[in-house]
Amino acid sequence: MTGNLAVHFEGVGKKYPHFALENIHLELEQGSIMGFIGANGAGKSTTMRILMGLVRQDCGAVEVLGHSMPEEQVAAKREIGFVSEDMRLYDGATIAWHMQLIGKIYPAWDQTYADHLCRHFDLKPQQKVKGLSHGQRVKSALMLVLARHPRLLVLDEPTTGLDPVARHEVLGELMKVLADEHRTILFSSHNTLDVEQISDTITFVDWGRIIDSGDKESYLDSWRRMRLDVPPGVTLPSLPGTIATERVGRMAVLTTCSFDPAMTALCRDAGANMQSVDRMTFEEIFIQNVESRRDRVIA
Amino acid sequence: MYTQSINMHSGIVISQTDTRPMYLQIMEQVKQRIAVGDWLPGQEIPSIRQLAVELRVSVITVKRAYLELDREGVIVTQHGKGSTVATEPNLSPRIYGEDLAEHIDQAARLGELLGITPDELALRLRKAAERLTKEQV
Repeated sequence: MTGNLAVHFEGVGKKYPHFALENIHLELEQGSIMGFIGANGAGKSTTMRILMGLVRQDCGAVEVLGHSMPEEQVAAKREIGFVSEDMRLYDGATIAWHMQLIGKIYPAWDQTYADHLCRHFDLKPQQKVKGLSHGQRVKSALMLVLARHPRLLVLDEPTTGLDPVARHEVLGELMKVLADEHRTILFSSHNTLDVEQISDTITFVDWGRIIDSGDKESYLDSWRRMRLDVPPGVTLPSLPGTIATERVGRMAVLTTCSFDPAMTALCRDAGANMQSVDRMTFEEIFIQNVESRRDRVIA
Repeated sequence: MYTQSINMHSGIVISQTDTRPMYLQIMEQVKQRIAVGDWLPGQEIPSIRQLAVELRVSVITVKRAYLELDREGVIVTQHGKGSTVATEPNLSPRIYGEDLAEHIDQAARLGELLGITPDELALRLRKAAERLTKEQV
């Protein structure tokens, strides 16, 4: 039973000679937007391919909009819009030709919306794909998918290579999709700022595993960097969720993933002075998280 | 099918250089709109989803801001009915209070770092406050 889940992965794995996706659990609620963050080669694209039924998992169950994948991919794909880097448009044809083609295949095609998107994305329908820049290709692919009103959007790096104005427009259009609470978005990005801004839930992937997944607000809330002055002879109490500790002379920098205001008092009682408690950006959390886990694996 | 997006401009702006969490920025600006009388008691305000779309921030962030505003008695959110400004909005500056406490702590730390005595620090704070009062007169 998936209930309100648009996407549900249960114990999914896939082995390649040089890479393995292991034990992936993923739950994406209908009406929400999930940001998928990971370094290059972390497994984001492979996960999305399994979701789309383009790659068959070795083990585990995948359910998308109530369809079991990859068996029911034909039915599922009618309701999914997928954009990835290697999606090709026909070089010799115009954007308008592509719009007509998609319009014939998908009954939900909305020409008014497509025209609106062309204006906002600064695309000229009469232009041939051959002459388009990378950014224009990405925007064209997005336009072709958005104008079908799919219930689930799966976007692999939708903002990579876009200029700031185009990025702003694209994020705005993605948020408009979410104005309809039955529609759902999963997107991957290295741009942690985009993810921080628009996603409801975030999932970190590294080396083929999900290392963290959860509600964005509480996630950002639980991480802190603390700077402490530790006089000689004082031992810091062991605090829960400590991800990293750096000591230089009397100064200690502690990063925790389960911050509690009581930690300040705890350190003070032990004889250390809290100099500052700082919130962290997504980027800082991501880097800290990945580095410390990799260190542990290598050690 | 496709409708032009909601024309209910909130006038709220999210700053990328503001280090506070986005939900706090939203809370503060909603309170400001009410304080200056742009949004009147009992008036309907943008729904959580509308504001999220307009600000290009996640639904969960706006939801968090509205939840806190509801708890503080600034707005009233009814499930499925949207949100309105409370009939007697309580604009007690709790956020500013926390902000002030933080800045005072920071001043105390800097004072210690610079070797300024607590008395000297208090004196300087008083002078700064007096200067501000004079400017406003």
